[in-house]
Amino acid sequence: MNYKALTAIAVALSLPLSAHADADDDTLVLNEEETLVTKTAAPAHLSDVMDEVMSGWHFRSDETQALQMDDFENPAMVFVDKAFDAWNTVEGTEEKSCASCHDDVEESMAGVRAVYPKWNEQAGEVRTLAMQVNDCRENQMGAKAWKYTGGDMTAMEALISVQSRGMPVNVAIDGPVQSVWEQGKEMYYARTGQLELSCANCHEDSYGLMIRADHLSQGQINGFPTYRLKNAKLNNVHARFKGCVRDTRAETYKPGSADFVALELYVASRGNGLAVEGPSVRN
Amino acid sequence: MKRLSLTLAVCLTGSATLAAEVAPKDVQFDEDGAVAASLTGTPGDAASGAIIAGTKSLGNCVACHQLTALADVPFHGEIGPSLDGAGDRWTEAELRGLMTNAKMTFEGTMMPAFYKVEGFIRPGAAYTGKAPTEALTPILSAQEIEDVIAFIATLKEE
Repeated sequence: MNYKALTAIAVALSLPLSAHADADDDTLVLNEEETLVTKTAAPAHLSDVMDEVMSGWHFRSDETQALQMDDFENPAMVFVDKAFDAWNTVEGTEEKSCASCHDDVEESMAGVRAVYPKWNEQAGEVRTLAMQVNDCRENQMGAKAWKYTGGDMTAMEALISVQSRGMPVNVAIDGPVQSVWEQGKEMYYARTGQLELSCANCHEDSYGLMIRADHLSQGQINGFPTYRLKNAKLNNVHARFKGCVRDTRAETYKPGSADFVALELYVASRGNGLAVEGPSVRN
Repeated sequence: MKRLSLTLAVCLTGSATLAAEVAPKDVQFDEDGAVAASLTGTPGDAASGAIIAGTKSLGNCVACHQLTALADVPFHGEIGPSLDGAGDRWTEAELRGLMTNAKMTFEGTMMPAFYKVEGFIRPGAAYTGKAPTEALTPILSAQEIEDVIAFIATLKEE
């Protein structure tokens, strides 16, 4: 065996061993009161590829982390307040607000974020939180659907997420959602675009490492919607997926499409056990 | 006179090789993934290759590789191996194979193929996220790849 072959093998062997070292060991304490689970044993369906799942919070700087630890510092909370007003605002031909049916958001929406996307028996489909919000608007309120990735929608997602903060993500992957979950899993490992990169290339095989100036996380979505310092607004999961897929030099999927719903279900399930953090703060 | 005829010869060679540029689908890999023949017939320019390697919109090698020779370019990634000394570890043909399509050398490698235009899943029009409206072009041109090869070949062990 020549030197080059040896080097090649050494490189191939050393990559998986040297990776994954770089998430920090900080503790996410919210408002000096509640400690959130940001690292936990990987769910059973992931146990052959990783031992531990970690929130993206661990891959960010101390300064960015601090913004999420105090609701008075968290820039996303402005949008939560805005959505709280929207929750109580009557709209549409039925002259209803969200509160008309769901009363107090703090009670009715507690635990909801943690289990989405989920199967809707009546509709016979997997629904994201955003899809459910728009279904309510169109079919219960007689109001216009919000743009899937727009500010009204991401704010409402944030308001609903806050009611589940600290609860473990617990997305079902079997029963009626199983085929959609399998589709999402296939997408996660598909190497798309001219750069031929899958979600897994960066977020399963290389988390903890730097790609140029970016610290690669596990790509967990327990913190969504997330306020990104980069664009100074709330971003929902499909908007973020779109950016990632675009950056592989691929034709993206459409936010709200069945494809992204499947991918969201699968990616959410990779974070089963982590605390709901939304709205989080990231780069 | 001698210099003039030499220049003339270079000009002729230049125009001849332009026509002889190897198209992405015609690149010949050996069984180990190396590519012996130059993609252009024109020797690479190492100085140009260094710029391509450090520029985000071009090769952006530093996105994944550390590279002491480009220490003035900020933020080198850690995904791939350091390229320091790569000129000693790899022959020109091997470097050409790695640049053209590294998957021919390392099956399943994360490294993108820089001179490939077909066989992709959902390729887009560059970084627009939209479907392409015309035929894809490789990430780097044939001569840009030769330039990067020439640059990497200068990276010797201390």
